[in-house]
Amino acid sequence: MSAAQLIGDWHALVVLFVAGVVPNQIWRMLGLWFGGGIDEGSELLVWVRAVATAILAGVIAQIVVEPPGALASVPDVLRYGAVGAGLVVFLLTRRSIFAGVVTGEVFMLAGKWWLG
Amino acid sequence: MALPPLDSPQWQSPWRAFAWGLRSITQTILTLVLFATYLGIGALAHDTHFSLLWALCSTLFVWAGPAQIILITTLGSGATIIQSAIAVTVSAIRLFPMVVSVLPLMRTPTTKRRELFFAAHLTAVTLWVECHRFLPQVPRERRIAFVNGLGFGLVSVCLTANTVGYFLAANLTQTLGAAILMLTPLSFLFSTARNSREVADVVALTLGVLLYPIAAKMNSGLDILVSGLVAGTIAYGVHWWREVRA
Repeated sequence: MSAAQLIGDWHALVVLFVAGVVPNQIWRMLGLWFGGGIDEGSELLVWVRAVATAILAGVIAQIVVEPPGALASVPDVLRYGAVGAGLVVFLLTRRSIFAGVVTGEVFMLAGKWWLG
Repeated sequence: MALPPLDSPQWQSPWRAFAWGLRSITQTILTLVLFATYLGIGALAHDTHFSLLWALCSTLFVWAGPAQIILITTLGSGATIIQSAIAVTVSAIRLFPMVVSVLPLMRTPTTKRRELFFAAHLTAVTLWVECHRFLPQVPRERRIAFVNGLGFGLVSVCLTANTVGYFLAANLTQTLGAAILMLTPLSFLFSTARNSREVADVVALTLGVLLYPIAAKMNSGLDILVSGLVAGTIAYGVHWWREVRA
């Protein structure tokens, strides 16, 4: 791997700052400055939390539905099956994150091996 | 490892408190989940052609797994900076209530705002969960030092995971590379599901996953925002309807 690959260009770092660092730090610093007077259970915050959760859910779906890089080599049915199998075990084990993740991974690898 | 009792002389030095925070990362399964997630983020950054330095800077300065993944996937799939920035900004709103609820746990009457700066920066879902678990066992005047140690430890674990994931994605067979990338959606889905206590959270998560493929068909470049706003608002509607009936 080359040094250029490891370091990249300054342009990408500017994009990171504008689209990544600033949008996150704004909310943290607002919380630090104005945190005192806000009720954690207020209706606005309930809606905000719901939208934020749904956006995260969309990202999870995007990675599975439109897989990046090496994940694209895995057939659709195995990716969806891995999420489904992991979810079943997650629920059966009283919400064990570890059991769910391991099951999903094993399902996908076993399926890939079985399909050749 | 158990933390020393509240009146122990162990707590007299802030550096000791920092060290206890650092050591506490070994006391939670979430450290392992974070490692897996950031292994996936490192691999994702590699496969979407970001540099290792870029991935490490995003972990250090953004310090929010979901935001980093949204940033990498949207930029990697050709969204503009503005579109990515909007999606990340909306996803990061949840940091606001987290910071608001976590800082009072470590504030004393004499605490200055700048002393809380690092604690605010380090606040993300894992630290937020762990603060509620650990801080009652830490004397109030040493909590900031403890949280800084805990956060420092978690960031170090994630930077290591990024680096390992990045090189694994570059050198592994396609199948194992795919397995590492798959860690991200799996660990996020289950850790979010585990943190979903209210019906609104469960509805938002489920609908958010189901609506994304439909929104993606519109190909607007704002797919994630559209599905997120619709699913989140429906989830809020369910919450509101249950409150009204109750």
